[in-house]
Amino acid sequence: MSIEHSDVESIARLARLALTAEEIPQSAQELARILGMVEQLKRADTAGVTPMSHPLPGQRQRLRTDAVTETDQHELYQRNAPQVQAGLYLVPRVVE
Amino acid sequence: MSRGVSDLHLADVAQLSAQLQSGQLSSVELTQALLARIEQHQRELNAFITISADSALQEAARADERRRHGTAGALTGIPIAHKDIFCTAGEKTTCGSRMLADFVSPYDATVVQRLRAAGAVMLGKTNMDEFAMGSSNESSHFGPVRNPWNPARVPGGSSGGSAAAVAARLVPAATATDTGGSIRQPAALCGVTGIKPTYGRVSRYGMVAFASSLDQGGLITRSAHDAALLLAQMAGFDERDSTSVELPVPDYAASLEQPLKGLKVGVLREFFDGLDEAIEPLIRAALALLHAQGAVIREVSLPHLPLSVPVYYVVAPAECSSNLARFDGVRYGYRCEAPRDLTDLYQRSRAHGFGAEVKRRIMIGTYVLSAGYYDAYYLKAQQVRALISRDFEQAFHEVDVLVGPTTPTTAFELGAKTHDPVTMYLNDIYTIGANLAGLPAISVPCGFVGGLPAGLQIIGPHFCEARLLNVAHRYQRETDWHQRAPRGFL
Repeated sequence: MSIEHSDVESIARLARLALTAEEIPQSAQELARILGMVEQLKRADTAGVTPMSHPLPGQRQRLRTDAVTETDQHELYQRNAPQVQAGLYLVPRVVE
Repeated sequence: MSRGVSDLHLADVAQLSAQLQSGQLSSVELTQALLARIEQHQRELNAFITISADSALQEAARADERRRHGTAGALTGIPIAHKDIFCTAGEKTTCGSRMLADFVSPYDATVVQRLRAAGAVMLGKTNMDEFAMGSSNESSHFGPVRNPWNPARVPGGSSGGSAAAVAARLVPAATATDTGGSIRQPAALCGVTGIKPTYGRVSRYGMVAFASSLDQGGLITRSAHDAALLLAQMAGFDERDSTSVELPVPDYAASLEQPLKGLKVGVLREFFDGLDEAIEPLIRAALALLHAQGAVIREVSLPHLPLSVPVYYVVAPAECSSNLARFDGVRYGYRCEAPRDLTDLYQRSRAHGFGAEVKRRIMIGTYVLSAGYYDAYYLKAQQVRALISRDFEQAFHEVDVLVGPTTPTTAFELGAKTHDPVTMYLNDIYTIGANLAGLPAISVPCGFVGGLPAGLQIIGPHFCEARLLNVAHRYQRETDWHQRAPRGFL
C-alpha cells in the first residue's frame, strides 16, 4: 500500500491541518502503514451484512421536547475564547 | 480496622468509608494526607495534570459538615481523582492537549456532578494520552506518566495517570474512560482494577469526545468492591446524553458475594494468540481458581475477533476526525499567532494545538471518510463490526462471561513502541472487541511477570456489570494480587 504525497496534501487540506514540507513524506509513510494493516478487512465476507453504527442493537435516538431549557450564558462561555469583542468572536477579516 | 494518619493511603474506599463513618477520621485529615502524598510523588510519576488542593480542602470540610448533620452517604468525604477528560467547572480540563491547555469548562460533566453530589472529594485531574488517543500515556502534552512498578516502563493508556495514581496509593479511586481499552489496559499494566461499563451505562455528557460510538466512562480502583460502590453513584440515565440508556442501576455491592457455582465461563481461543508465554499460566491459574469455585469452563471461538484492530482503526479515527473538527481556534482552545486569514487560522491552530498521534488519527479518519474510499473502508469496517458483535452475541448464548488476558504483554519501556504506530495499536488487541460490541468488561490483577503486573479480563453481555463485579470480587476474595503495592509506595 502506498500513498501519494499529493493525497496527503489533499487530506490535510480537508482536515484543516497545516503540514510542513518535511511532514508530508513521513505522514504518507505512516498512513500507508496503518491503511496496510486495515487491508485485512478485505478477508471478511460481508455480503449482505448491515453496517453497524450503534453498539446497542435496537436503540433508538431519543428526541427532547422542543422547549427552551437553557438561559443565555454567552459571557461565561466566551471566557474561553481567544478573542471576543461585544459578545462576538473575532477572526481575521473574511470579506474585504 | 484502625490506621494511623501515616498509612491512610493503604486503605481502600470501603475501609475509608467505615473510618469516616465511625468518626475516627475526618475527610479534611484524609484529604490533607493524600494531597501531601500526591505532591511528594508528582515529579517521579507525573500522574496528575492539575492538583486541586484548595477546592479539595473546601469540599472535604463540606463533607465533614454533612457527616455532622447526618446527611452523609458511603462516599461522603472519600478522596478521588478525575481523568482530565471529564469537564470540571472551576478547574482546568486539558484532555492532555496543548489545544485545551488553558481551558476551564463552564460546567461539570455528569460523572463529576454525580460523584460530587455523593460527597466524593476531587483531589485533582489525572494525566492521559492526548484526547485519549494512545496506549502508553506518551502522547500527553504534559509529559509521560511513569509506571509505579518500574519508572522506566509505561503505565499504559490512555488513562495512565488514573491507573498510576491508584497503583501508587495516591488516591483510592479515579475515574477513567475507555474507547479501545483505555481503562482496562492501564489497569492491567499497573496492577489495579478497571471497569468499562456497557456503552450508554455512564453518561458521556461533559466527557471530551473522541469516538462517540465507542467512548464509555468508568473507573480504576483497587478492588471490584470499591468499583461497585462508585459505579452505583456514577451510572444511570442522563437526558443530556442522547445515547444514555434508560435502565435502573442495580445495587452492585449487594450481589458481590453471590456464589460462582454453575457460572459458565468461556475461554476465548483467539485471546491466546500472540500472548506472552509467561502470562498464559497466570490466566490458566485464574481459570482453575474459578473452576474450583464451581464455575464451568469451556473454550469458545469468536472467528471475527482478530479483525478488531483493523475495524477500530477505521471507525475510531473516522469518528475522531469528525468530533475534533470543533477545535477551530475560534470559540475556545489554542489559537495560532498572527493568522493571515481564516483558513490559515484554522490550519495552523490545529497543526500546533494537536500533537502527532491526534493529527495522525484525524488524517486517517479524513481519508477513510473521503469520497471514493468511504465504502471500501468505513462501510466495510462497520460491516465487520457487525460480524464481531454477532460473534459475541452467539458466544453469550453458550456462556455467561468470557475470560482471558487483558493485554498481550506486561508494561513495556518508555519509547519502545513510539517509532511505529501499528506496533502501539496492537497493544489493544484483546480489549477493542468489547468496545466495538458495546459490552462491559473488567480487568483485575492476576499475577506478576518479572515484577510487573498482568491483568485478567472478564467480558459480559450488555448491562451485566453486577455479574462482572461479582466474579471479580469472588476472584479477589481468593487472591491477594490486587493488594500488592509497588515497592516505594507502601
